[in-house]
Amino acid sequence: MTQAGSAPAPDTVLRAGFDVGFTYTRMVGPVIGEFLAGLRDGQIKGIKGSQGRVICPPTEYDPQTAEECTEFVNLPETGTVETFNWVQQPRAKHLLQKPFAWALIRIDGADTSLLHMVDAGNEAKMKRGMKVKVRWAAERRGFITDIACFEPA
Amino acid sequence: MSEKIEMIECPVTLSYNFSAGAAPTRFLRGMKDGRLTGQRSPLTGKVIVPPRGACPESGLPTSEEVALPDTATVITFTIVYLPIPTSKLDPPFVVAKLVLDNSDQTFILLVSGCANEDVKIGMRVKAVWKDQSEWDYSMDNIAYFEPTGEPPVDIEALKTRRLAEARQYIEKKAGSK
Repeated sequence: MTQAGSAPAPDTVLRAGFDVGFTYTRMVGPVIGEFLAGLRDGQIKGIKGSQGRVICPPTEYDPQTAEECTEFVNLPETGTVETFNWVQQPRAKHLLQKPFAWALIRIDGADTSLLHMVDAGNEAKMKRGMKVKVRWAAERRGFITDIACFEPA
Repeated sequence: MSEKIEMIECPVTLSYNFSAGAAPTRFLRGMKDGRLTGQRSPLTGKVIVPPRGACPESGLPTSEEVALPDTATVITFTIVYLPIPTSKLDPPFVVAKLVLDNSDQTFILLVSGCANEDVKIGMRVKAVWKDQSEWDYSMDNIAYFEPTGEPPVDIEALKTRRLAEARQYIEKKAGSK
């Protein structure tokens, strides 16, 4: 149950930190798996939808026609901010421990957008339509955080 | 080409600042001193442990504290064979619902100190406390319950007797008004 610290005053209600956790391991499937392997290898990959649209991050099925997607396309490390939300005070679990933006980023050559962080320093530098590029993590393992964040291009 | 990615680890953790509330705080203060304390329902006289500050049947506040012994009866149990992530316990182990003597609510606790196969419904058990130097405001002060060696209890008879006592309590209270 709970672990309390030093003896509290007799009339105070006991409080303690209490973590609830679930140790999920998730199967990613062939398409997300290929996308993550690409990130590990320093390559962003999209997938061709049935109407020639490029979907990034890739999906197993075209969201409009429900047809299966199979043709991967390599994409560049640059993109455009479609919309963003500035985080002035990062919370403990945020990966950037300084003000940053959550942004929907359309990778150049893609027709859909990817949710990630932009390290722009301050909010005034954030604009819809701004160009950004990938900042790769120092160590990559096949996870979305292999992209450490995006930064103004 | 390098290796495929098939699985990813994605643990989810929520960090709470847990407030025990007034009644459980009193219970946990008792635990710190090695005492088990229940609270009596003013409606039925049933003893609730661990106490939540209110009678679950009537919603009335429970202010009368009742010192309880650390002996109990196994009401039901299960043998856990699978390891539980983050748990220090080595399976197989027994998790049981116990009812402490003189109380009316079950508790989930570990039963050990005998072969798992020997745990039975109705078995009499007693708390094995950790060393006093380790006591905190926590149920974990009790390492587990172990068999006392007393003859088993018929839990249906136990239930019937406790319910009869609750009825008497209600009648006596009605009579004294």
